[in-house]
Amino acid sequence: MSISKKGLLAGVATATVALVATFVAPAAYAGTSSAACANVGSGYAVQKGKTVEVFTSVVGDELTRYAAASADFTACTGIKINWNGSDQFEAQLPVRVAGGTAPDLALVPQPGLIAQMVATGKAVPAPNAVKNNINRYWSKSWRGLGSVNGTFYAAPNSANLKSLVWYSPKQFAKYGYTVPTTWTAMMAQSDKMAAAGQTAWCGGIGSGGATGWPATDWLEEVVVREAGATVYNNWINHTVKFSDAPIIHAMNTVWNWMGNSKYVGKVSTIATTSFQDAVTGIPSGKCMQLQQASFIAASLPAGSVVSPTGDAWVYYLPGINPAVTTPVEGGGEFYLAFNSNKATVEVQTYLSTPQWAVSRIKAAGSNGGWLSANSGVPSSTYSNPLDALSAKYLSDPSSTFVFDASDAMPAAIGNGAEWTGFTDWFANGTPVKTVAAKIDAAWPSASN
Amino acid sequence: MSILNRSKAPKIAEQNAGRKLFGSRGATITVWIMAVIWTIPTFGLFATSFRPKADISSTGWWNLFLHPHLTFANYSAIFSTSTVSGIPNGIWPYIVNSFVITIPAVIFPITIATMAAYCLAWVKFRGSDIIFYGIFALQIVPIQLTLVPLLNLFRSGADSGAHIGSLTLIPGLNIAGKFAGIWVPHTMFALPLAIYLLHNFIASLPRDLMEAANVDGASHFTVFRRIVLPLSIPAIAAFTIFQFLWVWNDLLVALTFTGGTEGIDPLNNKLAGLAGTWGSHWELLTSSAFIQILVPLAVFFSLQRYFVRGLLAGSVK
Repeated sequence: MSISKKGLLAGVATATVALVATFVAPAAYAGTSSAACANVGSGYAVQKGKTVEVFTSVVGDELTRYAAASADFTACTGIKINWNGSDQFEAQLPVRVAGGTAPDLALVPQPGLIAQMVATGKAVPAPNAVKNNINRYWSKSWRGLGSVNGTFYAAPNSANLKSLVWYSPKQFAKYGYTVPTTWTAMMAQSDKMAAAGQTAWCGGIGSGGATGWPATDWLEEVVVREAGATVYNNWINHTVKFSDAPIIHAMNTVWNWMGNSKYVGKVSTIATTSFQDAVTGIPSGKCMQLQQASFIAASLPAGSVVSPTGDAWVYYLPGINPAVTTPVEGGGEFYLAFNSNKATVEVQTYLSTPQWAVSRIKAAGSNGGWLSANSGVPSSTYSNPLDALSAKYLSDPSSTFVFDASDAMPAAIGNGAEWTGFTDWFANGTPVKTVAAKIDAAWPSASN
Repeated sequence: MSILNRSKAPKIAEQNAGRKLFGSRGATITVWIMAVIWTIPTFGLFATSFRPKADISSTGWWNLFLHPHLTFANYSAIFSTSTVSGIPNGIWPYIVNSFVITIPAVIFPITIATMAAYCLAWVKFRGSDIIFYGIFALQIVPIQLTLVPLLNLFRSGADSGAHIGSLTLIPGLNIAGKFAGIWVPHTMFALPLAIYLLHNFIASLPRDLMEAANVDGASHFTVFRRIVLPLSIPAIAAFTIFQFLWVWNDLLVALTFTGGTEGIDPLNNKLAGLAGTWGSHWELLTSSAFIQILVPLAVFFSLQRYFVRGLLAGSVK
C-alpha cells in the first residue's frame, strides 16, 4: 500500500514537472544545431517559433517514432512539427477541410482520399522542391498515385509490399530447389515438387468475417503481372469489369496456380484453412511456398529462424508479362498540403527527402517495419533484412507499383462480394465466369 | 368527508401495491442480478488494468483471482513520460484539459438555462410560448449537421464567419482550436434540453409563492435568486450530472473543435490512440479508461440523491 502511495505521489510530482515543462518548452529553443543540420541536408531556412501540423491516422508509440525521427529537422530549422494522430483520421479530415480548419499537412493512406480532398479545392499542388525529389527518387507509378488529373500533389511517406512468396531455404537446399526469377520457372519448379509428391503451395483464405481476402491478393498480383497498371487501375474504378477478358484470364491463371489440386492438394481446404495456419507448414516442408505479405512472419511456429538460410524466408513473386516491369503490389501513405506557407513547404520538402526516410527507418529500431520506396535510401539503412529485401523492389526505379485493389474498390466489393465470391470459388470450384458475374452484379451503381 | 376518503382509498392501495411489488424478495433478487450483470464489464476492466500485458493477451481477467499477479505497469505507463503511450508527458495534461473543458461547459448552459427557464415560465410577455417551443424544437437539429458551419464561424481568415452571398452576418470569431471554441458548442448543444427541463420544473413551482413575493415588492431578480434558485436545486443538480457526463464523455465535439495538441485536447481524444496504430498496446486502454470513468463516477455519487428527484423534473407537470 505504501509503495502504491509513493508511486502515486511520484506520479503527481512527475506530472507537475511535465506540466511546467510543457509551458516552458517553447522558450527553451536555443538555435540551430550543426550536428542536426548535417542529418537533415541543406537548403532549409531557419524559421524559429513556427509550428507545422501533420494530421495522421498514426497513433500511439508509432507516432512517437515520427516525432523522434523529425527531432533533427526541428533542431536545425526551428520549425516544430506537431504530429497530430487520430484514429478517426478518415472521418475528421473531410470535416476539418470543409470547416476551414484544415491541417498544414495530412498523411493520407488512400489515393482515393487524396482525390476527394483535391476536389474540395483546398489542397495545394506540391511545390517544386517536392516535385524535384519525386522525379529524382521515386518510380513513375508512385508519382501517378500522388497525382490527380495530371497535377502532382502528394509525395509518398512509407510503403509496404505484398508481392512476396514465403519458402523454407532449408527445405529448398535439401531438395535442390532454387529461387525462381520468372513465373514460368516458378511453375516449372512447382511441377517438379508435385512430381516428387510434395505440396508445392500452401494456401489458406480463412479469416473469420473477412474470409477470402488472401485470394483477392492472389488475383491482384496476377492482374498487374499480366495486364499492367493501366488495366489494373481501370479495374479498381470498374471501367474494366471482373467479367472482362483480362480479369477472367487472370482468374484462370490463379485457378491454375492456387486452385490446382496438383500443387495444393484438396482445393476446398484452402477455404477452410485460416491464413495464419497456412504459413505453419513452411519450415517443415509440409507445403513448400506461400504467397503472403511480410507480416505473416508473426504466425510462423515458435523458434522458426527467419533468414536467407533459415527455416523461412521470402522471394519476390516474379513477373509474367515482360512489358510490365517489376510489378509490385502494396500500400503506402502520402503527404498532402493544404497551404503553401513557407514553413509548410519546408516541412513538406524535408519529408520527401532520403534524409527523412533514413531518419525514420533508424527510429523504427532493430525490429524495422517502416519501409520507404525512396531510391535515395541506401539498403544498408535497414537493420531488418526482410525490410531491405522489400525496399529493394519498392524503390526500384522501373517498378510498376499498384495499390491493393480490394482496399481501393468500394467496400461492398473489396470487403464484401469479392471475399464471398472467392470463398465460394475455392470452396465449391464455382466456374470463374459465374464468380465474376456475381461480383459485377454487386457493384454499387452510384459509385464513382 | 367520508365520500372523499373513500375516493382516495384506492389510490393509496395502488401505491402500496407498487411498493409491495418493488419491495418483494423476487424484485430485490432481480435488481441485484441486474446490478451485478451491469457491473461485471466495468469490474473486468478494473481487474484487467492491474494485470501484466502478457497475462491480458493470454487469459481472461477472472484468472486474476486464481493467479494473483498484480502490476502497476499499465498505470505508470500512462502517467509517466513513456514513449509506449505516444504521449510525451503522460495523460496529465489531457486530464487537466478535460476539466478545463468540462467545468465551464457545465456552468455556462446551466446559468443561461435557469434564467431563461424562469423568464419563459413566469415573466409574461408576448410570444414567450413561441420562443419556448422554438427552443424546444431546436433539439431536433442533429449535432453532426452543425459541425462544419460552426467550424467556419469559429475560425478566422478568408470566407470565415456566416454570410449570405457577399453580406457578412457574423464575422469569423477566431476561437477555433481554443478553449472558447469548445465551450461555445457544448453550451449551444446543451441549451434546448436544459431550458426545457428546467422550464417545466420551474413552471410547476407554486404560484402562491411568486405572488406573495410580488406583493412584498420583490423584483424578478429577487424572486429568481431567493425563491426559484433554492427550490430548483434538484432539477439543476440532475441536469449538472447529465451535462457533466455528456461533456466529459464527448468525443465528437472535442475531435472536431480542438486543435489536436497537448494544450487543449481532452483525455477522450487521446484514449483511443493509446492502443497504437496496430492496437499493440491496448493494455494501456484498461488503465486510462478506468481513470477516465473515475471522475464521472465521483460526480454521479456525490449528486445522485438529487438524480432520481431531478429525473422526474419536467415529466410531471
